Amino acid sequence: MAKVKDYIYRPEFECMSRPELEALQSERLRKTVERVYQNCGPYRAKMDACKLRPSDIRSVKDLAKLPFTVKHDLREAYPFGFYSAAQSEIVEVHASSGTTGKLTVVGYTQNDIGVWAEIAARSLAMAGVTEDSLVHVAYGYGLFTGGLGAHYGAQKIGASTVPASAGNTIRQLTLLRDFGATHLCCTPSYAIFLGTEIEKAGMNIEDFSLIGGAFGAEPWTYQMRGELERLLHIDALDIYGLSEICGPGVSMECMQKHGNHVQEDHFIPEIIDPETLEPLPFGSEGELVFTTITKTGQPLIRYRTRDLCTLYDEKCACGRTTVKMGKVKGRSDDMLIIRGVNVFPSQIEAAIMNVAGVSPHYMIYVDRVNNLDVMEIDIELDGNLAPDRVSEIESIQKKVETEVNSYIGVSARIKLCESGSIRRSEGKAVRVIDRRG
Amino acid sequence: MLVKQLSVFMENRPGRLYKLTHTLGEEGIDFVTLSIADTKDFGIVRFIARDNDRAYEVLKKAGFTVGITELIGVEVEDRPNALAKVVQLMEESDINVEYLYSFVLTNHNTAKILMRVSDTDRAVEILREKGIRLLSEKIL
Repeated sequence: MAKVKDYIYRPEFECMSRPELEALQSERLRKTVERVYQNCGPYRAKMDACKLRPSDIRSVKDLAKLPFTVKHDLREAYPFGFYSAAQSEIVEVHASSGTTGKLTVVGYTQNDIGVWAEIAARSLAMAGVTEDSLVHVAYGYGLFTGGLGAHYGAQKIGASTVPASAGNTIRQLTLLRDFGATHLCCTPSYAIFLGTEIEKAGMNIEDFSLIGGAFGAEPWTYQMRGELERLLHIDALDIYGLSEICGPGVSMECMQKHGNHVQEDHFIPEIIDPETLEPLPFGSEGELVFTTITKTGQPLIRYRTRDLCTLYDEKCACGRTTVKMGKVKGRSDDMLIIRGVNVFPSQIEAAIMNVAGVSPHYMIYVDRVNNLDVMEIDIELDGNLAPDRVSEIESIQKKVETEVNSYIGVSARIKLCESGSIRRSEGKAVRVIDRRG
Repeated sequence: MLVKQLSVFMENRPGRLYKLTHTLGEEGIDFVTLSIADTKDFGIVRFIARDNDRAYEVLKKAGFTVGITELIGVEVEDRPNALAKVVQLMEESDINVEYLYSFVLTNHNTAKILMRVSDTDRAVEILREKGIRLLSEKIL
């Protein structure tokens, strides 16, 4: 039986008719295009290159005329070159890891923080969060948007918010139990880990007050949901977001537990063929693209997420009329998501190359052990070393560990291997073996 | 007056030690000593061969990560407390013994001790002063 009572936080927007919504989207899109053209150098250049004027975009029907934005564009403009607002209007900055150790930066105005709180609040309402709830946020707080996103949403609703942040499992469990948390927000893998640790910590799930949670920042399966719900005695819902667009809450699963509602009055979703870049109709699988239409700090036009999924416009039994996105099938490039953090093999390579004594031959193994993502990196020791002391080798190992951790923000187990032992591949190197089911 | 020893980095998994010993065996190279320092993931195999230089060449060619280290070798009487005395000399001079192993050769009534210390030059000086017999490669 459902524990969570899903309710619609903002019916006037979440339940609009399609023509009403499209009229609103068109108006907001026009304003956004005007704003980026006037204030953001890279966008003006992109539009000028296509001979597009803001006045050419009159409605959502014209969306496909606009050029795409990719992560690379944001990196090129590092750190603040993609702002469409004056620096003085920016009140918060977030960043996510990039391929070369360069970060993708996102600046938020007060308006944008308001948008974010709004969509996060709508999302948490789907998980039944009310002002009487106690929301325990175990996402990391920091440059990563997970922690603060859930925090803003819970506060907007008026729930008691516990900013536990990540780590220290025993303390997490103690707080969850003693404070009587009704909702948990963290990555699904960490939630499962918490669930499996309850018994080991000598606690009993019956002493907890949890009823639901919003879990995201990494792809997860329906099987994992079953496991999570069984362990924590909750309804576990999927929250989706990416820092470039806003953070968690761009879309969220309702209690129908079948797809995430996109907050379409703030973000226009499209599915495109990643090869031809042509927009695809609802029901087709392809690359997810978002255009933000209410943000002012760093609005993005047709931003390619690299996430592969499907959009559905069938009527949802929950009463919301917004389109839903299916589970994200995978990334269209080589990015790994480990414990909610974006990791690129090239970053790991860059980190390894900073350490003397190892070769550039390495292999990354990703596993899920006790429902937690673990990464092991096997690296060949430099064949010219003359290793005699164990401590020498261990100090190389330690240096690689520290370097990797500081580069990507995720710890990895480092295993040093004999020179020549890692299989050399012909053609494109296989650097990653992801063994998470 | 030092003794050369070969050190080989090795992953801690089945078959590796065989490959090392077999590679040398095939070339007719004999071990005089062999010891292994192991951790969970890797080990360092340290040994003295009858022909160290050739053993080094053979292993390099076979792709092993191998180096040559110089150790202090001493000869003591094969009886209780002999080793302790040597170690005590190091300790009194604040010289750290990084690793040590000993062996007894047949037809000898003495024990041989091989060790790597934090300050080789000073250690040699002290041992000489105290009249401890130092080994050279030839004696092995």
